[in-house]
Amino acid sequence: MSAAVRAAWRIGAAAALRGRAGRPLSQAAGDGGEAEGGGGGGGSGSREAVERLVREHPVVVFMKGSPAQPLCGFSNAVVQILRLHGVEDYRAHDVLQDPDLRLGIKNYSNWPTIPQVYLNGEFVGGCDILLQMHQNGDLVEELKKLGIRSALLDAEKDQEKK
Amino acid sequence: MEPPTAEELRERLRERLQAEHVEVQDSPQLCPGSFRVLVVSGTFRGLKTLQRHRLDNEALKEELGRIHALEQRTLTPEQWEAERGSSA
Repeated sequence: MSAAVRAAWRIGAAAALRGRAGRPLSQAAGDGGEAEGGGGGGGSGSREAVERLVREHPVVVFMKGSPAQPLCGFSNAVVQILRLHGVEDYRAHDVLQDPDLRLGIKNYSNWPTIPQVYLNGEFVGGCDILLQMHQNGDLVEELKKLGIRSALLDAEKDQEKK
Repeated sequence: MEPPTAEELRERLRERLQAEHVEVQDSPQLCPGSFRVLVVSGTFRGLKTLQRHRLDNEALKEELGRIHALEQRTLTPEQWEAERGSSA
């Protein structure tokens, strides 16, 4: 794996450890139990509710914790990548606060894990896909299509090595 | 529920995706019950990354219920060869 990938994971892991301070490990893990299961019924996990959420902003993230305090290394990696591109204005939903949403978003995208990234209402993938898009330049292009100019276009090349 | 072993995941991916090369690492330091996989398979040809990851998810349907997180790299045999050729 490249140095950039390793660096990104170190960022994610370190920040996740900071983010988990005071929170028992068992609460941060155990996502697997909800990987399958029935629909969310009405309420925050319903297809309609999720559809509204993914469309409410060009960039929508379903994560564990918040951008200010991510509670999992993968969710934190998404936050960090967006931050590298200067994307700070986006919608983030903490699935740990809403079990119906947690199940509903997985059913909606037919994708078993969190975080989930939506660009222009379309599911893009989890954090490994976002990282790959960041590395191969696709993320800059996708942001451009949304009318968002990536900060990396303006930054010195050196900034990418952080 | 016991999480699957790296070996179980490796075998499942190999058989279900006719993978020519599979690597599975568990990443307990990142989040417990997390796995990082590399799958090299001809079935990925012509598919975008998201579609490839969905194939992996499908292959690991039963196991995913026991995993906390899965990180994936999915390459065609050609991409794998190119990558190996270019590393120092």
